[in-house]
Amino acid sequence: MKRYFITLLLLFVTSLLFAQSAQPTEMADAFRSQGKIYVVIATIAIIFVGLAIYLVMIDRRLRKIEKDN
Amino acid sequence: MKIIYQWWWKVLTLVLIFYTLFAGMLFRVPALPILHETIRNLYFHVPMWMAMLTSLVISVVFSLMYLTTGKPEYDLASVESVKTGIMFFVLGLITGMMWAKYTWGAYWSNDPKQNSAAIAFLLYCAYLVLRNSVDEEQKRAKISAIYNVFAFPVMLVLIFVLPRLTDSLHPGNGGNPAFGRYDLDSHMRVVLYPAFLGWSLLSVWIASLRYRMALQEYKKNTL
Repeated sequence: MKRYFITLLLLFVTSLLFAQSAQPTEMADAFRSQGKIYVVIATIAIIFVGLAIYLVMIDRRLRKIEKDN
Repeated sequence: MKIIYQWWWKVLTLVLIFYTLFAGMLFRVPALPILHETIRNLYFHVPMWMAMLTSLVISVVFSLMYLTTGKPEYDLASVESVKTGIMFFVLGLITGMMWAKYTWGAYWSNDPKQNSAAIAFLLYCAYLVLRNSVDEEQKRAKISAIYNVFAFPVMLVLIFVLPRLTDSLHPGNGGNPAFGRYDLDSHMRVVLYPAFLGWSLLSVWIASLRYRMALQEYKKNTL
């Protein structure tokens, strides 16, 4: 009887272990609903637009130099 | 070579990267342990290596063209592509170290992938040293072209083959599944592939600007 009891107990422990791993992985889901991620995206977008404009300006300036030579 | 003076693909470059900045941050990603939201780094870290590969492939093509024709313009194009590739190499290494800190526990864990990448980086640093150590122009162009043609496959083996043969923390190596398994739902593909193309095109754009500047300098010096 005791042996069966221990077996059942151990089975229960393993089920607990499975329950642990079945927990959903934590993701930053609230970040989007709070709207804060959009601030970060806006910052990144501003930086990239700035770099893009800079790159285009370099290209145009180089074009002018090429034309003059 | 006419294409480097055209605008349409430069606009495409900017549109693609701009799209991935938004899509990469907002679109749904698989929820995975350890990685959590850092899986979005895939959209920014891996394209650095794609951009590096693109400019290094272009440099090898120009090296071969130089060796067959002997035109100095091809030598310039090859060198400037390598320099752009090295820039993206550094960005890839640093972003990889950053990501490793929060998923593997340390910036540098002497992982085969990291060590191989570092060796490949030195390989290309040696290219620049070798090139600057030769004074005579034609000899310099020829030696560096040959070195570049041989360095490229060695770099490929170091970064993309050897780490796969041993155990590595990096995805895609040693029984460790690549991200290909996770993006099967194609939610990640719609961001990852445009990012590959966008950043590769950006590296071509930067390399083309460097080449055009080098060409002007070259013309000025030979007058």
